[in-house]
Amino acid sequence: MSEQWDPKILAIFCNWCTYTAADLAGVSRLKYEPNVRVVRVMCSGRIDPQFVLTAFASGADGVLIGGCHPGDCHYVEGNYKTLRRVTLLKRMLQDFGIEPDRFRLEWISASEGDRVQKVVNDMVAKVRALGPLNLPGRIVEWDKEVEHMQSEIDAREGVAHV
Amino acid sequence: MENKEEIRIGFYVCHCGTNIASVIDVASVAEYVSTLPNVVLAKDYKYMCSEPGQDLIIADIKEHRLNRIVVSACSPLLHEPTFRGAARRAGLNPFYVQMVNIREHGSWVHEDRAKATEKAKALARGAIGRVALHKPLEKRRVSVNPDVMVVGAGIAGIQAALTLAKAGKRVYLIEREPTIGGHMAQFDKTFPTLDCAACILTPKMSDVRSHPNITLLTMSEVEKIEGFVGNYKVTVKKNPRYVDEELCVGCLDCIDQCVFKQGKFADHFNLGLSKRKPVYIPFPQATPKLVVIDPKACLQLMTGKCKQSCVDACDRGAIRFDQKPEHIQIEVGSVIIATGYKTFDPRRMPQYGYGQYENVFTSLEVERMVTASGPTGGHIALRNGEKPKSIGLIYCVGSRDNRYNKWCSRVCCMTALKLGHLVKEHTGAEVFNFYIDMRAAGKGYEEFYHKMLEEGIHFIRGKVAEITDWAMTPEEEGHLVVRVEDTLAGVVRRIPIDMVVLVLGLEPQEDSREVQRMFNISCSTEGFFLEKHPKLAPVSTNTDGIFLAGCCQGPKDIPDTVAQAGAAAAECLALIDKGYVEMEPMTSFVVEEECSGCKTCINLCPYNAITRDDVKGVAVINEALCKGCGVCVSACPSGSIKQNLFEDDEIFREIQEVLAYV
Repeated sequence: MSEQWDPKILAIFCNWCTYTAADLAGVSRLKYEPNVRVVRVMCSGRIDPQFVLTAFASGADGVLIGGCHPGDCHYVEGNYKTLRRVTLLKRMLQDFGIEPDRFRLEWISASEGDRVQKVVNDMVAKVRALGPLNLPGRIVEWDKEVEHMQSEIDAREGVAHV
Repeated sequence: MENKEEIRIGFYVCHCGTNIASVIDVASVAEYVSTLPNVVLAKDYKYMCSEPGQDLIIADIKEHRLNRIVVSACSPLLHEPTFRGAARRAGLNPFYVQMVNIREHGSWVHEDRAKATEKAKALARGAIGRVALHKPLEKRRVSVNPDVMVVGAGIAGIQAALTLAKAGKRVYLIEREPTIGGHMAQFDKTFPTLDCAACILTPKMSDVRSHPNITLLTMSEVEKIEGFVGNYKVTVKKNPRYVDEELCVGCLDCIDQCVFKQGKFADHFNLGLSKRKPVYIPFPQATPKLVVIDPKACLQLMTGKCKQSCVDACDRGAIRFDQKPEHIQIEVGSVIIATGYKTFDPRRMPQYGYGQYENVFTSLEVERMVTASGPTGGHIALRNGEKPKSIGLIYCVGSRDNRYNKWCSRVCCMTALKLGHLVKEHTGAEVFNFYIDMRAAGKGYEEFYHKMLEEGIHFIRGKVAEITDWAMTPEEEGHLVVRVEDTLAGVVRRIPIDMVVLVLGLEPQEDSREVQRMFNISCSTEGFFLEKHPKLAPVSTNTDGIFLAGCCQGPKDIPDTVAQAGAAAAECLALIDKGYVEMEPMTSFVVEEECSGCKTCINLCPYNAITRDDVKGVAVINEALCKGCGVCVSACPSGSIKQNLFEDDEIFREIQEVLAYV
């Protein structure tokens, strides 16, 4: 199975800039890796950190967020809020053992179809080099570990009670 | 609480001719989707957006009692309204429709058929999962203010304003210069008919001035715009003219009596080819015909010490040194941006010697020189006053060059041909055209080019490498030398020439980025404003109610500009005559039972749409002000704010489902 592994990347793009840029990449017939699955939101400011966590927990090997350039947000300043959330989230993901290259925020304006191509290809290459994340599998492992530890504690306490 | 109706999804995948089907195995996508929960039927069809395609959906909704529709085709930004319309016609709430983008994000960007098909299936699965959670939504209707603001009063803005005014609409025409007319006012003749530019433009300018429906604000700039389609509030800053516009009658006595007996300051309108006084009129046909005082030149305004002979000269008392910038508030329903272009700065190409060799001119300078009312009275002369015996026109200066601007400026070939004709007519000189390709794609343009070919003007195909005054032979002594590879003859030539004319390309205005941000529209990478769709919505922008006309959207000639201005005016009229706009329902709302009233959301909202009801202790979102970004939704610690069509459940489901497909 592992030799067939191909990275799965979830992208969340804002409607006005990055999603439109991805449309432009299509209209310009710019070819890029098919590993990205795009979910559209109106503004990158809508992106709840839980969306990213859910994506990893659902088997994504990487998450890409795309918004308008600072100062160009269709909703004035939503992207600044995205930036703040992403900065915090990045630190948290590292604590989970999720490598920094698996989570990326990019500002891509509606006219930068070529940047969509570049960013996606670059991200796919980096995530491919990192290998599968397999967070769902890891979570099962972690649960087992916790169960095991609990049973050990129980056993020890049981002994003590005797 | 949940309405336990049975979810019945119809799935349609479009071939888009061969656009999608040549890369994605559409039948296999449909087959896969038919196995997913809640899917009643899954079909593929050649053109879903066509009449029969839409009829197929409508018939299926009725026959199979479908209550959710997923269309896997092109971008939702293109055809979502189409399929929502079809659903509505079948009696289904349009927001039960979800699109999957497998063309722009699929077949057009991927080559591997198997992988592209897999991706299409994953995306379809996401939509199927999401659409089951959709709720019926209604669009709000908001009335449209019938007044229009046109920003920029060149030929584009003038044409748009006149069209709207003729239709009986009130127009606020905003121009930052002291006069309207823009670049066209500087032109002598227009191609390909060689009719005089002023004869076309000045009647329109005076129509603008006299039309009762047009409020003309010169020396004015938009400072702020708030609101949304149909209801914009604009703050316009009107800079001081130092002349009372109501009192001045344009007699120009003040100019005669100015303490400066001679013009001393570079005349901007004539590109510095002539001098003007601190009090001046930009050109004789300036509209409004009012003098203006340059605060950077006027002694009184600079030092406060002047005998103010202009004040004495004006028997109407129109000179007002105490004028301050004014802020004017206007309310409009729609806006046309027609802010024009600037020409390429030839100093960026030192190899052409502009500013270094005095007899290297720009196309616009020569345009002023050939004009009978221009700075030289229509005489083409070298800087020493002599008539040139040979003139070289260099095309594509700043255009079609990777080092400067990549784009073709579209008007330069014809401008150069026109100028070539005019300078030959005026001087009898030998005229050389140095061109890369002759682009004569407009109506009557190729014929114009052929006419010029027969006029005895020389054409040399090649990009000029350099202009130098370094003579290698006695014949070159005292001339400029054009070094060029003649690509048709296959030789490098040195041609001695008296006068060089750089035919300048067109660029976005210096402040186009600020304008873009203020109006919340997009720019293409080169800085021209981006239309919503080049074919479907060529004068619309991403912001509803804001339209584009003229060269601010991209280089174009006068006929195209005028046509585009008419189109932009028509878009405004369509909006106004309908009388209302339907607002997308993707606004946010507060679930009051769950809100703790913590106020986190209040400061986040860029539109001040959220307030706190202190009696109930909960946040309240003003639906009319909410634009649906959803920034409050993702910040709410208790999850009690929801965004229509982008509810957490819907997005979570979409994420989980697109990833669930292996």
